[in-house]
Amino acid sequence: MTDLEIVSPQSMAFAQPLPLRSGAVLRDYTLMYETYGTLNAARSNAVLVCHALNASHHVAGRYEDDPKSTGWWDNLIGPGKPLDTDRFFVIGVNNPGSCFGSTGPTHLNPATQQPYGADFPVVTVEDWVDAQVRLCDALGIDKLAAVIGGSLGGMQALCWSMRYPQRLQHCIAIATAPNLSAQNIAFNEVARRAIVTDPDFHGGHYLAHGVVPKRGLRVARMIGHITYLSDDTMDAKFGRTLRAALGADAGADDTPRYTTQDIEFEIESYLRYQGDKFSEYFDANSYLLITRVLDYFDPAREHGGDLSAAFAQATAKFQIISFTTDWRFSPGRSREIVKALLDNRLDVSYAEIAAPHGHDAFLLDDARYHGVLRARFDRIAREIDASSRALSGMRIAT
Amino acid sequence: MSDRHDLELIAALVPQGSRVLDLGCGSGETLAYLRDRRECAGYGIELADANVLACEQRGVNVIQLNLEEGLAIFGDQSFDVVLQIDTLQHLRNTERMLMETARVGRIGIVSFPNFAHWANRLSVVRGRMPVTKALPYEWYDTPNIRVSTYADFEVLARRCGLRILDAFGIQQGECVRRWPNLMASVAVFKFERA
Repeated sequence: MTDLEIVSPQSMAFAQPLPLRSGAVLRDYTLMYETYGTLNAARSNAVLVCHALNASHHVAGRYEDDPKSTGWWDNLIGPGKPLDTDRFFVIGVNNPGSCFGSTGPTHLNPATQQPYGADFPVVTVEDWVDAQVRLCDALGIDKLAAVIGGSLGGMQALCWSMRYPQRLQHCIAIATAPNLSAQNIAFNEVARRAIVTDPDFHGGHYLAHGVVPKRGLRVARMIGHITYLSDDTMDAKFGRTLRAALGADAGADDTPRYTTQDIEFEIESYLRYQGDKFSEYFDANSYLLITRVLDYFDPAREHGGDLSAAFAQATAKFQIISFTTDWRFSPGRSREIVKALLDNRLDVSYAEIAAPHGHDAFLLDDARYHGVLRARFDRIAREIDASSRALSGMRIAT
Repeated sequence: MSDRHDLELIAALVPQGSRVLDLGCGSGETLAYLRDRRECAGYGIELADANVLACEQRGVNVIQLNLEEGLAIFGDQSFDVVLQIDTLQHLRNTERMLMETARVGRIGIVSFPNFAHWANRLSVVRGRMPVTKALPYEWYDTPNIRVSTYADFEVLARRCGLRILDAFGIQQGECVRRWPNLMASVAVFKFERA
């Protein structure tokens, strides 16, 4: 198993407007994407990786100019890794509305020649999948060997299976849900309120004022981060440890300082650090948009709440994976998906991984988790080999 | 169930092309056999991580669930056949699982070690719990929490409102139809809801 060498992002411009679920239209737009591995002659070995809330098209490998720029799913994807780039052609794409280069709120609105800001249209999982389909069209890929994603990425994978059933063989949806629960929407709303009530927000047109609502973004990230970890993980990592005292207080690190506003506990320091880091690179309008992408996903809604009916057109083979300590996208939600797939007599395997890390587990390297993924991709590779053998056999026969 | 002959005898009870649910499917050997030899499709249920991985490697559909939590995700009569091979004796709620098997499947097939096999009886007469091929554990480390006999199952089946369609014993890979309660170390029942 080795890491991918240097990778580089590409961009593709689309002149044809993208009609959105809201009724709005995204006029000409650009998608950032990366690919790893080689597309085979039959164009049958492509795997699309869908990103979640705060990730991007940079899925694996690193950039030449930045040794710290390792892709967000690099532990899964690379030569000899479970999603093996020696066998598969892997595509990562940044969704529109995000802030990593694809058209988003910081880009110029062609109608006004000002940054979109708050005027960027509300996008949905369905809109993202439509945009991804166009990218696949442009890359000459009629049918993906698999679509894989975790969390919000898993919702996109599920959406592919319902919306474009003929265009994927396998659907791998990890740590995801058929829709967000009220509690989950509530967390998103707290994050959004933190951003919107930041005095630097300016109704979403902060760029025109030359500021960024960093305070709101920090708090949004803090609340999000809490929900991605399990109680046990936080306890193991931070417990009630007081922040190591600095300077004059050195050595007095086991004595509380009895302060209401300064950092007292390690966990506070950690959350503030995460919030600070996030506010440096993430766009506030993108955060609002993408939390809404999560909120609006509900494929059962147009079927009277019947999730099984939502999968009626699906034909893919499914792998569903959840983590026992993930309370934000709990195993129960994955079992709802499994039940709907069973009702439709679809091929499905479900693994419930006993991992301690909460929702974040889907990004971590766990032997059981990566084991079942590796087994699935081995199977997909065997199926690709078998179908190309069958094809060449047909050519010989004719 | 490792013995190939046992597997073949039980697989012969499964109609060609059936949709099968295998409760406690282990490494997926039975499902793979039924898929390859009898054109069956279906799913296994398994709790152990290693078995879930083995099923995935075989390309067998596997759902990781604890059977003790029931079969709520499966609809009534949604399978042609529900298998419970060497699983019954590990479950706390045997009676409920039997009812669930008959609810979810049109046909149920169970197999389990027959405690009344003569070799086991002999062992108990000698004053020791049996340790055999079908019951390979010591009393203090056995996962079998429900030890029963061929004859016991007939009573439970009646109690649960099941109609027995076929029943036999297996001894060393051979089908035993004569005095199975005495002569066979494994009991096999095929039943439906009466």
